Amino acid sequence: MPDVLPTDVSDVEFKKWVAEKWGYKKLPMAGSTPAGTAKFFRTGDWAAKQPRLIVENCTSCYKCYFYCPDSAITMVAGEDGKAHPEFDMFYCKGCGVCAYECPGRKGEKAIIMEDLK
Amino acid sequence: MSKIAVTGDDAIAQAAKLVNPDVVAAYPITPQTIIVERFSDFVANGEVDTEFVCVESEHSAMSACIGASTAGGRVFTSSASAGLMLMFEIVQIASSSRTPIVCAIANRAISGPINIHGEQTDQLLFRDSGWISQFAETNQEAYDQTIMAFKIGEHPEVLLPVAVGIDGFILSHAIEGVEPVTKELVSDFLGGERKSTLRLDPDNPVSIGLLHLQDYYMEARAQVRDAQQRSKQIIIDTFKDWQKLTGREYNPIESYQIDDADYAFVTMGSGAGNARTAVDELRANGEKVGLIKVRVYRPWFGNEFSTLTKNIKGIISVERAHSFGSPGGILGQDVKSTLFDAKQTPYIAEYCYGLGGRDCLVKEWTEIYNRSIQGFNEGENLPYFWWGVRE
Repeated sequence: MPDVLPTDVSDVEFKKWVAEKWGYKKLPMAGSTPAGTAKFFRTGDWAAKQPRLIVENCTSCYKCYFYCPDSAITMVAGEDGKAHPEFDMFYCKGCGVCAYECPGRKGEKAIIMEDLK
Repeated sequence: MSKIAVTGDDAIAQAAKLVNPDVVAAYPITPQTIIVERFSDFVANGEVDTEFVCVESEHSAMSACIGASTAGGRVFTSSASAGLMLMFEIVQIASSSRTPIVCAIANRAISGPINIHGEQTDQLLFRDSGWISQFAETNQEAYDQTIMAFKIGEHPEVLLPVAVGIDGFILSHAIEGVEPVTKELVSDFLGGERKSTLRLDPDNPVSIGLLHLQDYYMEARAQVRDAQQRSKQIIIDTFKDWQKLTGREYNPIESYQIDDADYAFVTMGSGAGNARTAVDELRANGEKVGLIKVRVYRPWFGNEFSTLTKNIKGIISVERAHSFGSPGGILGQDVKSTLFDAKQTPYIAEYCYGLGGRDCLVKEWTEIYNRSIQGFNEGENLPYFWWGVRE
């Protein structure tokens, strides 16, 4: 039994491990894995809601970017040349922290949560 | 070497000093005992190379220990009673993350009512946690077992945390003669620095302590189950190695005057001292009685226990612990379930005694014996009984 798995792990390999359902003798000690496998875990599957950007209310304050617990927000330059959030739905759990923290513009939110259909 | 006069706390601190752990993380205030207070003196005086982390709670103490052990360090901590209760969430993670840590426990009653005196119920709550759990009868044993605990827990076939219990106040604050060993002996015994395979290493990054859901949780727990089983041989080997170096014999289950005995006390920790004297007195009156002392409680050495009890007609299991609403004592349940497989099951009487540090004198052990034998002679097992409680 290896103490840990090889460090070089691909998305395909990770999915194979999950699918293979190893016994406890093959499972690395204490269920340890190479670092970074969380990036292959689609937490977006848990979401019941998704954020939507209303770009005219966004002041590029970056609050959503800093508050997102899953680092699912990246700030990308929009048509106006300013940074606005983009949501990575592979990781976004739909928690709504971004929308809650969004100060918006003149009381109008730049992020709202909508039901995921 | 000539003996030194030390309390149980001091004996454990002196033992830890010789081990010279990489990290000690502990919460310093009650229910903590003098173990880490004394050890912090060694740190302040530069007598050890240890990084002493004075944390804000026992929960943090065990967390820091896991972190240090995961980084490959040799780690020691200490707690007791309510401190263990606060630590308890992380106690489970120490075993499942396979992080060897030695935790000395001055066994003290748990709240409430508030009471800080001797009782083993606190450590017995480690029963199902995957920890190796040992009890010492004397300060010498506490000293020796603390050093041996590092070797057992860190063995690559084991990699589990180890608890070493001493009865609160009865050992922790009482002075006895202890024959010390040298730092060189301990260093040779432990084989130098800890060598860990699974650890946090920047050159080979790993994740430890991950989410295991329905698909893998049972497999992860089964690894701890197997490590507990494998640790039995390692414990026996380590005790033998220690005997070669010091001449002091240790066994997971120990006995006194058991060869021709018809009846036997079973107990753990300091109570074995009074029980042994009671055996001597009863033997002087012609009673064929012996004593079985459980030194290692987890893993449970069932075969060794059965071998000792195969000719015993009646077992008197006496423990300084209790479990509300249970069919018997905590130790008593292990004793009973082991005896169930015996060819000829002896009679059994189970006692809880000495809760919250209440004394149980030699005279009382004799009374416990007489009461039990009376029941056995009438052909009965005795129902679970709280010795010394007023109605």
